[in-house]
Amino acid sequence: MVGMNGSQPILQVEDVELSFGAVQALIGVSVDVYRGEILAIIGPNGAGKTSLLNVINGFYRPQHGRIVFLEKERPKHFRPYQVARQGIARTFQNVALFKGMSTLDNIMTGRTLHTRTSFLSQALYWGRALREEEVQRRRVEEVIDFLEIESIRKTPVGRLPYGLQKRVELGRALAAEPELLLLDEPMAGMNVEEKEDMSRFILDIRDEFGVTCVLIEHDMGVVMDISDRVVVLDYGRKIADGPPHDVRTNREVIEAYLGVAHE
Amino acid sequence: MLMSTSAIGGTALDTFPKRLLERAQQHPDKIAIREKAFGIWQEWSWRQMLEEVRALACGLAALGMHRGDKVAIVGDNRPQLYWTMIAVQCIGGVPVPLYQDAVANEIQFVLDHAETRYAVVEDQEQVDKLLSVWDHCPRLEQLIYQDSRGLREYGEPFLHAFAAIQTQGRSYDAEHPDFFRQQAAMGRGGDLAVILYTSGTTGSPKGVMLSYDNIMITSCHAIAREGLRDDEEIVSYLPMAWVGDHLFSYGMFYCAGFTVNCPESGATVMHDVHEIGPTYFFAPPRIWENILTTVLIRIEDASWIKRKIFHYFMNVAQRVGSRKLAKEPINAWERLLYGIGDLLVYGPLKDNLGFGRIRLAYTAGEAIGPEIFTFYRSLGINIKQLYGMTEASVFVCVQPDGEVKPDTVGTAMPEVELKISDSGEVLYRSPGVFMGYYKNPEATAATMEDGWVHSGDAGYLDENAHLKIIDRARDVSRLADEHETLFAPRYLENKLKFSQFIKEAVVHGADRPYIGVFINIDLEAVGNWSDRRGLTYTSYGDLAARPEVYDLIQGEIERVNASLAEEPQMAGAQIQRFLILHKELDPDDGELTRTRKVRRGVIAEKYGDLITALYSDGDHVAIEAQVMFEDGRSGTIRADLQLRDITPTAALAAAR
Repeated sequence: MVGMNGSQPILQVEDVELSFGAVQALIGVSVDVYRGEILAIIGPNGAGKTSLLNVINGFYRPQHGRIVFLEKERPKHFRPYQVARQGIARTFQNVALFKGMSTLDNIMTGRTLHTRTSFLSQALYWGRALREEEVQRRRVEEVIDFLEIESIRKTPVGRLPYGLQKRVELGRALAAEPELLLLDEPMAGMNVEEKEDMSRFILDIRDEFGVTCVLIEHDMGVVMDISDRVVVLDYGRKIADGPPHDVRTNREVIEAYLGVAHE
Repeated sequence: MLMSTSAIGGTALDTFPKRLLERAQQHPDKIAIREKAFGIWQEWSWRQMLEEVRALACGLAALGMHRGDKVAIVGDNRPQLYWTMIAVQCIGGVPVPLYQDAVANEIQFVLDHAETRYAVVEDQEQVDKLLSVWDHCPRLEQLIYQDSRGLREYGEPFLHAFAAIQTQGRSYDAEHPDFFRQQAAMGRGGDLAVILYTSGTTGSPKGVMLSYDNIMITSCHAIAREGLRDDEEIVSYLPMAWVGDHLFSYGMFYCAGFTVNCPESGATVMHDVHEIGPTYFFAPPRIWENILTTVLIRIEDASWIKRKIFHYFMNVAQRVGSRKLAKEPINAWERLLYGIGDLLVYGPLKDNLGFGRIRLAYTAGEAIGPEIFTFYRSLGINIKQLYGMTEASVFVCVQPDGEVKPDTVGTAMPEVELKISDSGEVLYRSPGVFMGYYKNPEATAATMEDGWVHSGDAGYLDENAHLKIIDRARDVSRLADEHETLFAPRYLENKLKFSQFIKEAVVHGADRPYIGVFINIDLEAVGNWSDRRGLTYTSYGDLAARPEVYDLIQGEIERVNASLAEEPQMAGAQIQRFLILHKELDPDDGELTRTRKVRRGVIAEKYGDLITALYSDGDHVAIEAQVMFEDGRSGTIRADLQLRDITPTAALAAAR
């Protein structure tokens, strides 16, 4: 299969099986993600959406199947930080920030992977470490400017309202300059205005930085508005994959959402 | 057009373009303008700024702009937008700055009325706004945006990036090397420099035409009288469409040559002020109030010992500070106490607010509460009241140093003549008086006679030639009681607004038996007050309807009544009934002007039921109100409002 703009997939998930003891979280799931698209993963609770993201960023290792990122097959032993270094960043369903640290410092942690100097020279804050910090800081400031969070630069994130914390978390992921961004329910618990802002940011991330986005989202309005393609999971299986409009009218999807009895 | 007869008019540097060229030659490396971007203050010297302006001006010419063309400017205070203003003037055009928070149909009116051919805007938000009315503005030809974020997919052929126009300008400049200087030298002092639309509390906005002479002579007088120098630092954060910003960040900037600092965003202004430490600062009363409210809230949340120290030394400051600032004698003990207070409280507080270096601060636009005014003066901040208006290029009166009286707006500025008409209205004449309203000779004739401008304000001159303003002349009205008591709504509203809990008040009473008032609570102050009492609330409307909040506001109104009772001519006009509105009055709903002044006509029409209820017996009233959301959609808010009576007991005490 070839993407909308004729490109090769940036990420291929092939026939992935994941189980925890007797519980089968993912059953033979295959998904291709194309460069520059916004792909939404939807499905009822427990369908395996977050498990799929965790497999993609190396947090879970599937028992079966393979993952190809940037045309390189991922070795079985890869750890999440190695996956991150390849260019996959993510945000979490429950905000996972350092609450006592400022917005700036939190986003700065997203730059860790790009830091080259040693711990010792950073501690001394001298020479190369100092110059490097300036470069990192400029990148972080670009992210802050992009997400319009200048006014909370120095505020400890624990004191920020939830919607802003989500934005800071997105900022940290962006600071890593990923090729692929995984967003786990980026709009959960937000009001209409915050959702609109977040939608705009996601679209702009794709348009301005060319970052490919995979997101899990429950708000169908948002999914229909911003995604190019939708993948539907139900009980660990992929039951639909296509443009938002086709998926919305898919009988199997409607059944899964309406809770028709499962054999 | 008449030649300027002013004492300092008619110099060789009679336009801003000429001033720019002169500054760039005399002080090429002095910092002209800064903007905080990416967390750092970016700087442009006069020479660099001239290069930017030159590129833009040539780019606009390459785009087909001619002398006399009008150019709309919409956005926050950005160096690029200030450069647009001067670039347009350099090639003989007329900038028309618009309020950046205006909704689409307000913008449409001005674009259409001003016949603008070009628009230069800040970002996607403004581009979207203009595109939504594009088809209704046939004269508008080209749209230029400064920040390209989110605009990549826009395919409109008339849409250009600011940087691209400058690039075209540089090649145009290379092909026509004499063009820029020739054009820049062409303007004359009497030429139209800018059109500023006044939001107006009634009717459609009017385009006030100001000449270079108007603005430059007024600026130069103010600089001379207040002793401003070229090493001042100011922060430009008030709307560019407002005449105040045009004078402070533009007129006086070119005439004095000081440095303008543009904040990072609207939300970071106070932080940016803290970093810059301006020496000359301007704010309307609501901003001074907000700062004070924030300080008081933070003090309330501090430990008891800090609270005690703060209150003790603020008392000292109240007794000593203003006298010290006025250079009146103070004894050694007071001087010692004030010194300790400066070390422990005033200095750190001023530094925290970014006011540590202020030499001159103004408040204008509305009356400021005496407590608020005294608070800043007692800290040693030289805050002064200014009386001005768009039609006068701002400056009419300023409180002179050493003669600051809280209840007057000071004495006339140089070359400003004042007189009071038989009906009690303030009239003025000065070199700053405007050229007329654009395409509205009837309104011009109604406002101006033989160069004398009707201010629309009722006031009088006291024995020391200080001007005292009472109210808008047309708002002063009479109650329909047995004495036909005269009352000034604005005077009462200001007294109410001096309370930190009251954000806005609308007084009613013309041809009614008593005075009733609508109150808008201050969400931050009342919210904090209720937090400390453990009262919970879900929204503004919910908080506003709490009986405890009604009690709080009743107490505030009773205090106002008590102070009214002390003034013989005001004692009869006390407030007898009030209600707290369920939503904040908002310029987007047309209830306030863009400069946050109450539009009585709109409110009377929209809240007619509430006014009827103020003058009937019921103790509550149901209301449905249309609100406009920021994206232009509208919705309905329903609420049930309580009404409460207040017995003007204090009036009896005064009668005794």
